[in-house]
Amino acid sequence: MTKLSAWLCSCVICALLAGIVSAGQAKRFRWANDGDPTTMDPHARSDGFVTAFDMNIYEPLIRRDKDLKLEPALATEWVNINPTTWCIKLRQGVMFHDGSFLTADDVIFSIQRARDAGADVTSQLAPLKEIKKIDDSTLDFVTDVPVPILPNYLVAAAIMSKAWCEAHNTTSAATHEGLENYATRNANGTGPFILKDRQPSVRTTLVKNPDWWGLKDQPVDIDEVVFTRIENAATRAAALLSGELDMVYNVPPQDIERIRDTQGMKIWQTPELRTIFLGMDQSRDELLESNIKGKNPFKDIRVRQAFFEAIDEAPIKTKVMRGFAHPTGLMIGPGINGYDPVLDTRFPYDPAAAKQLLAEAGYPNGFEVGFDCPNDRYVNDEAICQAVVAMLAKIGVKANLLAQTKAKYFGKINAPKFETSFYLLGWTPGPLDAFNMLQNLAATRTETDGIYNNGGYSNPHLDELIKKIQVELDSEKRNELIGEALRIVKDDYVYIPLHQQMVVWASRGNVELAPMGNNDFQWRYVVMK
Amino acid sequence: MIAFVIQRLMQSVLVMLTVALIAFALFNFVGDPISNMVGQDTTLADREKLRQELGLNDSFVTQFARFIGHAARGDFGLSYQQARPVGQIILEKMPATLELSFMAAALALLLGVPMGIYTGIHRHSWLSQAMLAVSLIGVSLPTFLIGILLILVFAVMLGWLPSFGRGTVVHIGWWTTGLLTVDGWRAIILPAVTLSLFQLTLIMRLVRAEMIDVLRTDYIKFARARGLTGRAINFGHALKNTLVPVITITGLQLGSIIAFAIITETVFQWPGMGLMFIQAVGFADISVMAAYLVLVGFFFVIINLVVDLLYYVVDPRLRVGRLGAAHG
Repeated sequence: MTKLSAWLCSCVICALLAGIVSAGQAKRFRWANDGDPTTMDPHARSDGFVTAFDMNIYEPLIRRDKDLKLEPALATEWVNINPTTWCIKLRQGVMFHDGSFLTADDVIFSIQRARDAGADVTSQLAPLKEIKKIDDSTLDFVTDVPVPILPNYLVAAAIMSKAWCEAHNTTSAATHEGLENYATRNANGTGPFILKDRQPSVRTTLVKNPDWWGLKDQPVDIDEVVFTRIENAATRAAALLSGELDMVYNVPPQDIERIRDTQGMKIWQTPELRTIFLGMDQSRDELLESNIKGKNPFKDIRVRQAFFEAIDEAPIKTKVMRGFAHPTGLMIGPGINGYDPVLDTRFPYDPAAAKQLLAEAGYPNGFEVGFDCPNDRYVNDEAICQAVVAMLAKIGVKANLLAQTKAKYFGKINAPKFETSFYLLGWTPGPLDAFNMLQNLAATRTETDGIYNNGGYSNPHLDELIKKIQVELDSEKRNELIGEALRIVKDDYVYIPLHQQMVVWASRGNVELAPMGNNDFQWRYVVMK
Repeated sequence: MIAFVIQRLMQSVLVMLTVALIAFALFNFVGDPISNMVGQDTTLADREKLRQELGLNDSFVTQFARFIGHAARGDFGLSYQQARPVGQIILEKMPATLELSFMAAALALLLGVPMGIYTGIHRHSWLSQAMLAVSLIGVSLPTFLIGILLILVFAVMLGWLPSFGRGTVVHIGWWTTGLLTVDGWRAIILPAVTLSLFQLTLIMRLVRAEMIDVLRTDYIKFARARGLTGRAINFGHALKNTLVPVITITGLQLGSIIAFAIITETVFQWPGMGLMFIQAVGFADISVMAAYLVLVGFFFVIINLVVDLLYYVVDPRLRVGRLGAAHG
């Protein structure tokens, strides 16, 4: 009898406890995306989605807040003490998820690990010569040349625990050539979320870090995050509408209205930092894909200008993008350092003038040119290209569209082949600074510069400017130089910028989100009512 | 008999080699995996190094020979996307696909055969006409559309069943099953119905046609004349004689169920091999694609073999014929 009653008692207690737990309502946030965070190792991949995901578990020294401003994370202060040295103060009392404390050695180790891995941060931190440990909370980042935007670069470098990596034999990241290692599916960061369960390409579960250093200033509302990969856009939208998910992205433009019009659903949007633009081969003496032989029409600025004036961005925005685009006259969008609203006006749409320019350049009947386009990379990329083809036809230019999957497309148009005459591409300056765009897209092609200058534009004066921008520490002076460089790129019709697409998220009505233009998704901002 | 099986297995090796060769020839057209693997700021030198290390610069013949050489030892290489052995990934995904495929096949058989018999016997009843009309949907609508319609009705509008995933799975050794949880059963219903609809229609129509044929033959008339019950005639004599083509088609269809699961798995985000294949195509993950295609080729060969063996069980004439041939 006593046994039975004891058993009953414990049952009741269990039930009560269960009741209390559910009454406390652990807030579970369920979301889906078409990609999968293929690795939990923050240094192993240079993929925007993977990095954004992992940065909820790991943290950098300096991070971006929801308005994309730099804010202290594991570093509390950073100052430029001489042209080639940045002094960084480390936050004290920060604990890794395994209970150990963050030290200066962890930082040195992590930066080195990131560079070894060949992650994006490597090429950006190339000028970094050494990191000097001044004391337990002070580090000096010494570079070969002045690096005015070193703090911007550090945003991409997650800090791991040296002892944890050594204990689990993962002092170098498992990159593509090798097998996965312990850090691929396990994580030990300092961030607001702790990895609980990981099933690659199926489901990943994380819980709130109750000991996160940032909790005292910014409470984290959700207790658990469940991520599912759903590739099919229709299924993703259906899962949100049926209440199985709290939030999804990417949301294709054709689904946006339907979700917005559904009771209890919300659409969130902010301009993305990626600029979609058209590029033209200006380096070859004869275009690879054209009926004009013996010369390259795009070397003539009048032809480039004609192309620009022949393209009407307004219907691309309203029809193709269904309003979810910010037309741009610049190769960088608002939110990027160096952006100038005065320069951000498009040259007028004027097909008659464009036809006139073509005639002046010696092509009164237009010409034929190959046109490369991805069909699964940017929002409605193929449809944009089709619209461009129709617009160019009006000035007599026959653009032969080749729209294909990104794996094929990038192999064709990007380095080292550059096998394209006319193409559509998108670019986000990772460090959110105009220099990144100028260096990659506008500088003359060399080993390190002009890697995505697929048109092969080359202008020694611009190159000089870019070199100056790279090392100029005075931000006012630097921004002046950037403005000058951007004007050259614009007035020389180096590219035909089209628009910045929108970051569009969809959620249930009870969810508050902070969409960010760089596609970061920081769950610490998620609030569920 | 054993010689026959061995001979068939030898043939299967040939089939798989051919599949691998064709697959590899096609991979020249799927694109460059490197651009998917690195970020936009990765230097040219690093990209070239990676390409070299993965052997992507080698000639087609070298790459193919290397793949075959490793595959012969059971090593399908590493997935570019996940940096894990392909064999391991496939083993992880296989239970989901097989469970879904067999569930769909079982559904198609358990419903299709009785429906076929019924419509064959009662050709003019309104129920038969209704079944035939509805079955037209099964053959004429594409799988993905059926899937999305089912999701719309049962997940979004009614909210009865989940729209994606496999629910809660239980691990039994390396096998995972969703059939031991309520969640798992709820999750498998929609994809299994979607996948089975075409096969169900096919089987039903096949059984019906065969039944009608057989019921017209002389021995059935004699059986009736002898006064056998309708039940004995329909099931004992008629049905048995319709089974050979049904088994052939069902068997072959099981192969295509596994292969066509790609579409259903994509619509329902079912974490099986088909979804894995689609993900691999998007990433140009050559080793995963090659291994999957070879494996599906292998499934087809095995299923054909089983079908051939089943003939012997069902049709006594074949047994005699085979023996006679062997003696001859």
